[in-house]
Amino acid sequence: MFDLDWFPKWNRENPKDVFGPAIIIGAVGGAVLVAALIITWGNPAETSTMQTGPRGSGMGVVELVANREAVDPTVEAYTSDAPYAPEEGDALAKDVYKNVQVLGDVTEDNFDRMMASITAWVSPDEGCAYCHGDDETYAKDDLYTKVVARRMIQMTQLINEEYEGHVAPAGVNCYTCHRGEAIPSDIWFKRSPVLQNVSGWSANQNFATLQSSSTSLPTDALEQYLLGDETISVHDLEPRASNEGTAAIQNAERTYSLMNYYANSLGVNCTFCHNTRAFYDGEQVTPQWAVANEARAMVQDINNDYLVPLKDAYPANRLGPRHSDAPKAACKTCHKGVYKPLGGMDMISDWPELATTETPVYE
Amino acid sequence: MIEYQNIFNQVQVQGPAELGITNGKGIEKERGGTPFFSKIMGWIGNAQIGPIHLGFFGLISVITGTLAFNIIGLNMLAQVGWSFPEFLRQGFWLALEPPGPEWGLRMPPLDQGGWYIICSFFLLISVLSWWVRSYVRASELKMGKHVAWAFAAAIWLFLVLGLFRPVLMGSWSEAVPYGIFPHLDWTTAFSIRYGNLYYNPFHALSIVFLYGSVLLFAMHGATILAVSRLGGDRELEQIFDRGTASERAALFWRWTMGFNATMEGIHRWAWWFAVLTPITGGIGILITGTLVDNWYLWAIEHSFAPAYEGGYGYEAYTP
Repeated sequence: MFDLDWFPKWNRENPKDVFGPAIIIGAVGGAVLVAALIITWGNPAETSTMQTGPRGSGMGVVELVANREAVDPTVEAYTSDAPYAPEEGDALAKDVYKNVQVLGDVTEDNFDRMMASITAWVSPDEGCAYCHGDDETYAKDDLYTKVVARRMIQMTQLINEEYEGHVAPAGVNCYTCHRGEAIPSDIWFKRSPVLQNVSGWSANQNFATLQSSSTSLPTDALEQYLLGDETISVHDLEPRASNEGTAAIQNAERTYSLMNYYANSLGVNCTFCHNTRAFYDGEQVTPQWAVANEARAMVQDINNDYLVPLKDAYPANRLGPRHSDAPKAACKTCHKGVYKPLGGMDMISDWPELATTETPVYE
Repeated sequence: MIEYQNIFNQVQVQGPAELGITNGKGIEKERGGTPFFSKIMGWIGNAQIGPIHLGFFGLISVITGTLAFNIIGLNMLAQVGWSFPEFLRQGFWLALEPPGPEWGLRMPPLDQGGWYIICSFFLLISVLSWWVRSYVRASELKMGKHVAWAFAAAIWLFLVLGLFRPVLMGSWSEAVPYGIFPHLDWTTAFSIRYGNLYYNPFHALSIVFLYGSVLLFAMHGATILAVSRLGGDRELEQIFDRGTASERAALFWRWTMGFNATMEGIHRWAWWFAVLTPITGGIGILITGTLVDNWYLWAIEHSFAPAYEGGYGYEAYTP
């Protein structure tokens, strides 16, 4: 009824190479389409460079524009309260409450304000009970969370007072690390040895961990440099070899591991602090190098004087999975991947109580 | 002529297998394996696979090489508690690490680099046996020993890294770990530790020869492919009886840059560039830490790197 043979017949009689033109048109058309999309919608992998030194010196930090412009939800979620100027005759916290070991000389209003904010910063879901349980007097020390919180207040005061060079002018308060979580993100525990059936240098490296920034470099860098006081510098400043007491390749790798951690914690690269042609040279580093160096002393203090001694206060489930050690802090605990935590937001003006270990000054 | 503009071989010869020469003294008996043809291998080389000459040194080389390879692999497996999934997951990260600096040139316990020393010993025998084999095979075939000497240049760098330099430094810990990422980390750490290896003039020379080799390889390969439709790929005949392919290739380069290599000369260029890459590189590694401890300062001292007076003014760029 229907003669359907005409189509194959016509094709037989009119041979045409359709694949050649189709491939060319497809390739050219595809390229035009991609180019048009990038021009109209923007390049999803666009980068921008923050210059950290004069032109021609190769000093710059490259960032993805998408990352830089991303809004950190914890910045939006931050709440703060202005202090009440203390007046003559205001009741002090130590007179109103029992067992106030720190902040006792703060007025009752300011003390309550502080407690409310700590709750919002640290345990917004659990509320006051996270530290105080069902103790209506708020005086008991039977929850470990309260013992730890008290020590952390002292730690915050020390950081703001002693390490101004690192944290000023933004300052720090509980929220800088906690960000609405009872246990701050990016705390660390001792992790090495990472490998089994070997020991020494063979055992602390060549395994991807968070602390080695997923490299095969040694994993014990934080332990050695930010808890211990191992020498970071590996260079010999005499060009001719003497090799007396200078660092081995293994030490250089561990330093490199620490520097990877620094860079990833701050979302920067080497040239934020160093001129990479001579990493060690104090005359070629940027001002940020000194800021980072002060941070090292600060983190060592925080870990050794505040966090590690709290070990016995914690229940077993809060201790490290391998060595049952206390949780410790390092760069990323505050920085969370940006070189100015919370975008450099002012964290201390509202909280003179946290700015000093002595009597707070209200202005 | 479109068939010559292809990334794979367009001509494959398959017929009765070529069994190789004999000298009348039965050297063909040393060859093993029944030859066969592979079309896929024919795309990139000769379609005939085998026979192979193993011989005494080949056997030594294969056995010791296999031992070294398995010592590395089993050590990696032991390091992750004999877990295959973990071995695969961390494979690129794992390594057989040399002894720590505290052991100097002594033999450490097996779990602290002892296996590394044993493995390196087998690897050394394996590589040297393979070199002897490449020399003896060339000799038997009445060839020049160019392949053996080129291989020796690579072995020089290998020996500098794993034997000469560690001995001069007085510590096995200076040797390179056997692992994918770990050996790369070693390279970076080595450069940083000795004040930036880019200021080491022998490192610079080695880079020149390495990149030069790449360039020469591309130029030569492209030139020959471009004249292969005129018989240019029959290079040997073209050396003795220069035909139109050689003429055109020579004209192309002479007219392009005023100078051209010859069919013989281009291979000397390539051989020397390739051989000088590890020779100069090996010298650079050997004198790092033994003679010069900080290449950047050395370069400043020799006006090889500029010294900036008066600072960089980084303060103006503080974020």
